[in-house]
Amino acid sequence: MSHSFVARASAAAFVFTACSFITDRSLQAQTGTITGNEFNPAISLILDGLYTDYHDDFALPGFQIGGEAGLPEKGFSLGHTELGISANVDDSFYGSAVLAIHEHDGQTETELEEAFVETLGLGNGFTVKGGKFFSHLGYLNSQHEHAWDFADAPLVYAALFGNHLIDEGVQARWLAPTDMYLELGAEITRGDGFPGGENDGNDGQVLFAKIGNDLTANSSWQLGVSGFRTNFLSRSGEAHAHDHGHEGEEEAEFVMNNGDVEIVGLDAVFKWAPTGNRQAQQLILQGEYFKRDENATLDFSEAGSNVVADYDGEQSGYYAQAVFRFLPAWRVGARYDWIEADNQLVELEANGIDLEEFLADTGFDNTDPITRETWMLDYSRSEFSRVRFQYSYSDLPDNRDELFLVQYTMSLGAHGAHRY
Amino acid sequence: MRYLIAFILLLVPASSMAQLNVFACEPEWAALTASLAGDQADIFTATTALQNPHHIEARPSLIAKMRNADLVVCSGAELETGWLPLLLRTSSNPRVQLNQPGYFEAAMQVERLDIPTQIDRSQGDVHSQGNPHVHLDPHRLLKIGAALSARLQAIDAANAALYAQRLQQWQQDFNVQLSQWQQTAAPLRGKTVVVYHDNWKYLTEWLGLQQIATIEPRPGIPPSGADQKRLLEKLSQTKPDFILVAAFEDTKAADWLGDKLQVPVIILPFTVGGDKQSGDLIALFNRTLQLLQKSQPTQSSSGQPAP
Repeated sequence: MSHSFVARASAAAFVFTACSFITDRSLQAQTGTITGNEFNPAISLILDGLYTDYHDDFALPGFQIGGEAGLPEKGFSLGHTELGISANVDDSFYGSAVLAIHEHDGQTETELEEAFVETLGLGNGFTVKGGKFFSHLGYLNSQHEHAWDFADAPLVYAALFGNHLIDEGVQARWLAPTDMYLELGAEITRGDGFPGGENDGNDGQVLFAKIGNDLTANSSWQLGVSGFRTNFLSRSGEAHAHDHGHEGEEEAEFVMNNGDVEIVGLDAVFKWAPTGNRQAQQLILQGEYFKRDENATLDFSEAGSNVVADYDGEQSGYYAQAVFRFLPAWRVGARYDWIEADNQLVELEANGIDLEEFLADTGFDNTDPITRETWMLDYSRSEFSRVRFQYSYSDLPDNRDELFLVQYTMSLGAHGAHRY
Repeated sequence: MRYLIAFILLLVPASSMAQLNVFACEPEWAALTASLAGDQADIFTATTALQNPHHIEARPSLIAKMRNADLVVCSGAELETGWLPLLLRTSSNPRVQLNQPGYFEAAMQVERLDIPTQIDRSQGDVHSQGNPHVHLDPHRLLKIGAALSARLQAIDAANAALYAQRLQQWQQDFNVQLSQWQQTAAPLRGKTVVVYHDNWKYLTEWLGLQQIATIEPRPGIPPSGADQKRLLEKLSQTKPDFILVAAFEDTKAADWLGDKLQVPVIILPFTVGGDKQSGDLIALFNRTLQLLQKSQPTQSSSGQPAP
């Protein structure tokens, strides 16, 4: 009895609220329907879980591994549980924060993925953003991981950016007043997000340009070119990462000192859907290429011994992928990864271990390419749920590995649009 | 730098100088704006009649068009929630942001049906502001037309008299047609229909049709084989008079059901441009009524579907 009364009362309240919209929005303030939660920001929660199987630990010979690069734990694990809150702050600003919660060695860690404010309708095509945000460098970088078409980052993203270039700073973008989409942007950041590191302050710089259009009502494209540079006093990382943990390994420290990094990249996306209905059928082709040049003084220490060397690294890589929605709920995808490092090292100092031992240990001088092939199948009952199967085969210079995973990604609450 | 500027100038459309740049989310609003603004407006339509307006991507081309718009005319009521907010945000265009004169939601100008009393995603993709597909009720369309004209007059005050005059003309023409439509549609009153998606509410309400089922198990969720069988079972007791599908929707499920039930499946244009005959709003209603009538068997036996 009382339950149905409550239901009816809340129904009446809802209709009343809605009616106040119908008449005139400017009247709304006078009708007294403000209940305190009408200004609730959009809240979304992404649930992400995995079952993973593979043989060997993550290794990228030739690259200092930093950021989030690595493999999920074997067996069952949680990916990033993302809690996002966003809203228009007022008529001039938009704000958004995303917290990523994940398990790490049996402990729950919370990390701020993004927290930024952005101007709203500033005019003349300008938008300014400030806070912590995903850089607009490249194509995939500005997307959250749950929006990616594969469960893991392309190798070139893992190797060069530790999965994602995220930093604190400001961004300015300008949208040209043209019929064709053309956007130019610049970012100035702390420069301490990998592949940057601790520095004198705000040395991170990103420039990007994007251009795009429709070809027909069925297809559209976007091309981008971007660059990143920073200096750092010190950047730590690993010679090869182990399933996100360090237990059972000898304490080893791999630091780059007094370095500078420069990255340039190209990205391209093409999307096709019959009559433009992407929920029925869609083909997405995309690829990105990056090249990184960096110099630093390498310092590797292990069990009281260390080696110092002058490091000049030239690394590059690309991925190319195709994802096809063949039925409204089903998609298949294939991705090819290729990365290569060409590192010049000159020994400066050796205490207990020398450069050759270090290289033998870490494979840091690798010049053979690393490749990977990935296959994906996913099922989405609605646009809010997805179950994904993924298999990949990696070809490393002295090793081959397979990885199989099953992943669910579910989105609760408000789920805003994804960028193109 | 000089090349860049030259390149940008090359891309600037020459036509966008004196006219009002209108960004219409759907073809029906482009058609309405065209009727009310004539040559004063340069109208871009973001979707075609063959596209499902729920699932549009915030493509680069749409961002560029949004940036230069003086007026955005959309269904609203959350229909475009998957793409419009992002376009507004990325366009940096102050004229068309929420609550600005340049932002017009058609559905919010009229009373909406199906405002849910409870919102839960297990019910599918429900719209908290009610059913947004308001354009197929001519009475509501008249109200929206008046509100849109008022908006045009406010934004482009210099040509206000012109818009007022065009509105009067349009209302006159439309009202003449409306009384004819009411007559032709009278025999359809009380017929039962099954629809693919819940986007016919305003048409069925106007025509007095009775919607007895939707093919989608829940809004926005395509039916599985099991869903289809369940629906067939339910409907074999009370057969509908016909099944309605929009031109942009997949007809497979409806065809299967129509075949099993021996009931005609009618593919309606749904909006302007949905078929060759539906070139503007008046033609859209003419064509819709024509298709509905044609499918009716001359005698009231539940026999073969009409040719």
